[in-house]
Amino acid sequence: MPAPHTNPSLWRAPDLSLRWWPVFLRNLLVWRKLAIPSLMGNIAEPLMWLVAFGYGMGALVGELTVDGQRVPYILFLASGSICMSAMNAASFEALYSAFSRMHVQKTWDGIMNAPISLDSVLLAEMLWAAFKALFTTTAILGVMLALSISHSPKLLAALAVLVFVGIMFASIALIFNALAPGYDFFTYYFTLVLTPMMFLSGVFFPREQLPWAVRIASDWLPLTNAVELVRPMFMDQWPAHPLRHGLVLALTTVLAYWLALALTRRRFRS
Amino acid sequence: MSVLFEAQNLRKRYGAATVVDGVSFTIAPGECLGVIGPNGAGKTTTIRICLGLTAPDAGSVHFHPGHGAAPLAMPRDALAIKAQLGVVAQFDSLDPDFSCAENLRVFGRYFGLKGAAMDARIAPLLEFAALAPKADARPGQLSGGMRRRLSLARALVNDPRLLLLDEPTTGLDPQARHLMWERLQTLLQQGKSILLTTHFMDEAERLCSRLLVLDHGRKIAEGRPRELIAEHLEREVVEAYGNGALALAHDARLRPLAARIEVSGETVFFYTQDARALLQALAAQPQLRTLHRPANLEDLFLKLTGRQIREDG
Repeated sequence: MPAPHTNPSLWRAPDLSLRWWPVFLRNLLVWRKLAIPSLMGNIAEPLMWLVAFGYGMGALVGELTVDGQRVPYILFLASGSICMSAMNAASFEALYSAFSRMHVQKTWDGIMNAPISLDSVLLAEMLWAAFKALFTTTAILGVMLALSISHSPKLLAALAVLVFVGIMFASIALIFNALAPGYDFFTYYFTLVLTPMMFLSGVFFPREQLPWAVRIASDWLPLTNAVELVRPMFMDQWPAHPLRHGLVLALTTVLAYWLALALTRRRFRS
Repeated sequence: MSVLFEAQNLRKRYGAATVVDGVSFTIAPGECLGVIGPNGAGKTTTIRICLGLTAPDAGSVHFHPGHGAAPLAMPRDALAIKAQLGVVAQFDSLDPDFSCAENLRVFGRYFGLKGAAMDARIAPLLEFAALAPKADARPGQLSGGMRRRLSLARALVNDPRLLLLDEPTTGLDPQARHLMWERLQTLLQQGKSILLTTHFMDEAERLCSRLLVLDHGRKIAEGRPRELIAEHLEREVVEAYGNGALALAHDARLRPLAARIEVSGETVFFYTQDARALLQALAAQPQLRTLHRPANLEDLFLKLTGRQIREDG
């Protein structure tokens, strides 16, 4: 006898099977064909900013005091902007590219006709966006090493943190992907969320410059916590509060991904 | 008759509108079931429910693997069922950045097919789709018919037992359509089952062993195409158009010669078991143009679902 049908909850636990892998591999194979132009956007541009601002502004600013230690401005900027690059690379991929695959090319629909669930597709998109962020940050880090901006062995630990920064921003971006009626929607996210966060998270200037109330609020921004973890490692030190910042990143990631999954399920439920 | 696929009493509402209202059907191994109906009749929603992409408000979908295996239920066993299905959706979802061969290889991976076993499948599939010379071309370089055949080849990578085809020949020219029909008939001869939606009655008549007519989400007829025509319609149709044709519908001498008369636009349709007397009477008016033909599936479709345009679908 047919079992009575139940409409499963949007908030049920994710399907975490390994079926995300062929979807991830599909994105990797496409990207391999388009790697050169994507390299330009993801790596050349942030490096131009770093060099122009770091050396140009650095000559005016000289040195800054971070946690009682004097550091050249370019080191300050490099450690912040690499977090921003991870954020931007993951966000672009999980918004514009994922939206193309989901809504415009109907790639997701095709995949879901095979034995792969929406949960697996979304997990693949999240990990793929995080992978692209990792690729970008690794390349930028390589150039920073070549420019002798930092030689700290702790950069390896910084790279590990940046993997999670990519995962976090990919998860947040997928919330907006699930809600988007079209590409224009993402302009709001970039202009109203990411750009203000960029200026409030201590990427370009120390947060001590911010008004007191704004600074307290900025303590909780995802990018702030990423920068607070990564910057000391560039200075060959360990962060003062690794647990607190790590917890903020982890909680933000879990909540954002869960919300993104529920909203994506709702979008596809129809 | 054994059953491969079974949908029971499917219901789906969107707000106040009931788009699928108690639809049931079965598909036997090697059978082609056609689902026809006007725009908005519930065809695509029915297919989406069968695929587990849309959750029905009521009803059940089962796949019977046979050989003593327990039936699989949608959506609980969605992935196990989809491993045995091939789908060609109404809109292409081919990867524009991959060649034809790569499209098949990447799609095979979604079914866990890879390496030499998968590579060995690509050439025969492209051959079957008449795309062998286009193995390295991208979908953007293909004609509409080629893209549909690539979609069909892609749906066959996992050697499915049941194909779900949503309007597989919409937008194709007659040559491409005939090639698609020929391929689908080959698949039926190989023992595959097909669930097909279509707006083309000649397609339905040619391919489908059984038809389901949907309207307003309800099943309004079901059966073999020829039997449905015989059951619902007179054997012959005479269409008359031209100067003064519309007046014929009210002509007292003609009315007894036809079992049923319909007017659509500038054309009068006479339905009758035997058109000889009617044709003789019409011959007296040489300014008229007439067409005498057997009743077909299109007549049945229009009789069951009406002639008014459905533009809300």
